[in-house]
Amino acid sequence: MKWARRLAIGFLLLVAITCCVPSLFWKFDYARQFRDLPDAQPSQQHWLGTDDLGRDRFARLLYGTRVSLLLAPAAALLASSLAALIGGTAGFLGGWVEGAVMACTDLFLSLPWLFLLITVRALLPLNVSPLTSVIITFALLGCLGWAAAARVVCADARLLRHSDFILLARASGSGGWRLLLRHLLPNILPVLGAQFWVSIPLFILTEANLGILGLGVAEPMPSWGSLLRELESYSSLSSNPWQFVPLVLFILVVSSFHLVITNREIPT
Amino acid sequence: MQWRTTFRGLAKSAVAVLITVLIGGFLSATLLRFAPGYGVDESELDTRLSNSSIQAIRQANGDQENILVFYAHYLGRMARGDLGMSRTLQQPVAQLLRERLPETLKSLGLGLLVGWTLGLSLALAVALSRRWFVDTFASLSAGVLLCVPAAVLALLFVLARAPGRLVLGLIIFPKVFRYSRSLLLRSAALPHVLTARAKGLSQLRVLLWHILPPAKPQLLALFGVSVSLALAAAIPVEVLCDLPGIGQLAWKAALGRDLYLLVNLTMLVTLVTLVANSASNFARHSLGTNAP
Repeated sequence: MKWARRLAIGFLLLVAITCCVPSLFWKFDYARQFRDLPDAQPSQQHWLGTDDLGRDRFARLLYGTRVSLLLAPAAALLASSLAALIGGTAGFLGGWVEGAVMACTDLFLSLPWLFLLITVRALLPLNVSPLTSVIITFALLGCLGWAAAARVVCADARLLRHSDFILLARASGSGGWRLLLRHLLPNILPVLGAQFWVSIPLFILTEANLGILGLGVAEPMPSWGSLLRELESYSSLSSNPWQFVPLVLFILVVSSFHLVITNREIPT
Repeated sequence: MQWRTTFRGLAKSAVAVLITVLIGGFLSATLLRFAPGYGVDESELDTRLSNSSIQAIRQANGDQENILVFYAHYLGRMARGDLGMSRTLQQPVAQLLRERLPETLKSLGLGLLVGWTLGLSLALAVALSRRWFVDTFASLSAGVLLCVPAAVLALLFVLARAPGRLVLGLIIFPKVFRYSRSLLLRSAALPHVLTARAKGLSQLRVLLWHILPPAKPQLLALFGVSVSLALAAAIPVEVLCDLPGIGQLAWKAALGRDLYLLVNLTMLVTLVTLVANSASNFARHSLGTNAP
């Protein structure tokens, strides 16, 4: 299945490059409104037509993909860092610290992920600027997505704590911080890397769910959630099939991430 | 001696569940208490209200000012069966839960049934037939469904005028299929299965006696996880398909910052998840295995 993984990586790179500099590839801005062309059909000028406010759908798809593709890895990085800090420290210290941290993690995990996220998101202001909403949404994903990864990291750190090389380092006078940063961290990096890759599609999917429920990125900034939310206004599946292009791209991107993860050597 | 160990295990699980639920409820109450905009009552903005009426409204919300006092009052009332009043829906929380819970349980039951039937039967088909096209078809279907957000599936079902409850089944199906497929394939490749086949045992006997038993503990563990998955997916599905269940109620409570309702729902959802996980763990241990 190496070819499938290569194809997925190639596709993801193509989408990422196109979406990172959308102004190079497309002439319109995502917020520009063509007031004389609301709900227009696809044409040479507007490849995917326009929405009910006359905004170019293709431009919104490019910019929306950029938001999700740049910020989901950022949120995954935040979650993995928190997992390393919390799980790594707990596993390394052991004793009551580990017990207390793992109890907190269990509590976190006992709440369904989307329920927890919606509750916390609803506690924060809903009428914020688009940029703030982007930061809030992805920061929340990162801050709440550490628990499962922390358990794995903690288990790994616990194993390493009892390993020979840590004992040797201790015997040669290495202190707590040195042990943690020089000996433990490099050895839990493969596990953290796996957790990072697993989190990206999960965060993309969750942002889409939040966006559709109206708790994601605020208008006029596009994201996959807000683009997919447009499906709500369609009357039937057969009319305007080009409006399903964001969904098709979404499925292709998320499945590419899954392919990359599945064929990646994940350490156990 | 055996029953004593079982009883001790059950009691330990029950205490752990109770403590986790109480802490979960307290944390959600704390979060809400310190959320921006907390304590502001819309009715205070009504210009027709006199000062004394506004004071009365503020006093009525007074017990929610201190989080510890609020939580202590809440637990005391809960012991008497009073779960408080929903501020946004103006109905007793206990009544709301009584009305909405059966709806969600119905959706969860159907979703679990559809998801498990579909997932397990396709995984069995893959493990038994060992034909590439069966595996490709099933894996592709599961792969695509795994990449579609629950909310989009719900929207597509609304557009297609299909029953919304089935969405939960389609959300659970890919996870059940993927996990049970690899489990059953691993189980089917074990040497004793090969021996059983070589001795000419029928497919059904090989399946029921030799392939399924080694995979049973892990499948039971997966059942606990699938309940949690279905509960989480119930929120977008019930909101978008307009099913009046707990998910929709949680959504309304979260948007309206309804303290009593949200704390109760948090505890209820945590309780259901923990009980499902503990039950599957208990069943696993009763089978005498310590599978991961």
